[in-house]
Amino acid sequence: MEIELQSMIKVAAYLGGGMSIGFGAIGAAIGEGHAAAQANRALSENPELSGDIVKTMLVGQAVAESAAIFALVVAILLLFLQVPAPTVLKAASLIGAGLCIGLGALGSGVGSGMPAAEACRGIARQPQLMGRMTTTMLVGSAVCQTPAILSMVIALMLMFINFGDAPVVKAVALFGAGLCMGLGAIGSGMGSGHPAGEACKGLARQPAAAGPLTANMLVGSAVSQTPAIFAMVVALMLMFLNFGESAFNPAWAAFLGAALSTGLSAIGSGYGCGLAAGASCEGIARHPRNVGPLTTIMLVGQAVAQTPCIFGLLVSFILMFKAFPETAALAPAMALLSAGLCMGFGGIGPGLGNGMTAEGAIRWVARQSESASLLMRIMLVGQAVSQSTAIYAMVISLVLIFVI
Amino acid sequence: MAIEGIDLIKAAAYLGAGVAMGLGAIGPGVGEGMVGAKACEAIGRNPQQAALLTRTMLVGQAVSESTGIYSLVIALLLLFVV
Repeated sequence: MEIELQSMIKVAAYLGGGMSIGFGAIGAAIGEGHAAAQANRALSENPELSGDIVKTMLVGQAVAESAAIFALVVAILLLFLQVPAPTVLKAASLIGAGLCIGLGALGSGVGSGMPAAEACRGIARQPQLMGRMTTTMLVGSAVCQTPAILSMVIALMLMFINFGDAPVVKAVALFGAGLCMGLGAIGSGMGSGHPAGEACKGLARQPAAAGPLTANMLVGSAVSQTPAIFAMVVALMLMFLNFGESAFNPAWAAFLGAALSTGLSAIGSGYGCGLAAGASCEGIARHPRNVGPLTTIMLVGQAVAQTPCIFGLLVSFILMFKAFPETAALAPAMALLSAGLCMGFGGIGPGLGNGMTAEGAIRWVARQSESASLLMRIMLVGQAVSQSTAIYAMVISLVLIFVI
Repeated sequence: MAIEGIDLIKAAAYLGAGVAMGLGAIGPGVGEGMVGAKACEAIGRNPQQAALLTRTMLVGQAVSESTGIYSLVIALLLLFVV
């Protein structure tokens, strides 16, 4: 039995390590490719600045790379990890750790590529802004890295904290914690790239607006981080709450459902909030005097785009805290897993759609600030309709939890 | 064994309901968001046509919503009828 557990740990660690760098390498590579493509374009516009442009490209790519480096570090740690006291819990948390940083690095890698790309193009247009452009790029892409860093923290906690010998159902909760944080980081990481990229682009267009532009970028991308933070809250709860007396059969499905509900629904909300923030930065660069109405409509639009993720969080909390009676049947467990899947997937589309609607409205508030209240009204009506499918998904989830 | 069979069928129906509504909500959500975005842009460009554009937006979104409602119907059928 001892040997079997030891090999189970090895299987989990190798599987986790593979998924970590396998998923984790996708985002950074795409982001860096985008940066390099735009750097080439910038070079063709202004070849005599090749030194500055290549330097900016490399700095930007280095930041985007850090997400993949996190994944690489976790993968190497997983490959050579020594576990003195192997348990099923440890095996599950190692797979969870790999998935967590692998998926979590995906979005940040893509997102960080956007400011790098726009900074290269901006320098080709406005060479004298080199210093300020590099600062904006670095601040923007640092914010894009936050979801990857949150995932890294959760992954390391899963690897190195000893969870003792809690009941086996805790193993599912630990795996779920990794899954939730990993999925939840994708949207925020990718989304934060939009305000960061648009701020760099805007700086080249309107250097005088640097102050409000940076402020708006930071506010917008901070709000875009909330879905990732919700995912971290759920992950920490799954790791540290005491589920001691839950019966294995329906509880495993409830934990997995809780992880999927917040993790998946955060993807749409995170990306949607990023779209809104990007449009707002673009608008401020075009018409700096409209910064007031732009910030207002951005925050309202982001708040609405956030709701599907809040529904997801709600379903997760219900799944974690409601006591489910022990059963031998499969159907009650499937109903709980399905509730999480339903709300999770169901939140992606409305989150994204609400963000797109906000993006369209914000873009035109910048151009026509006198129509701001009309546009706000239309935006809210459009978002409400787009929201309806998330509400259907929540209704089905709640029926699956409470009625079935 | 017969009970196990029913249990399995119920489990599949529940899972199917969740997946149907969950995945089915993605398309309408994104599609309606696009409609909303373009309607806001059009109203921004031409604010005096706001009433017409809002109406058109709502009609377009209603059509896009229909697939979400199909998913809802199938999910409810899987939960309560099948």
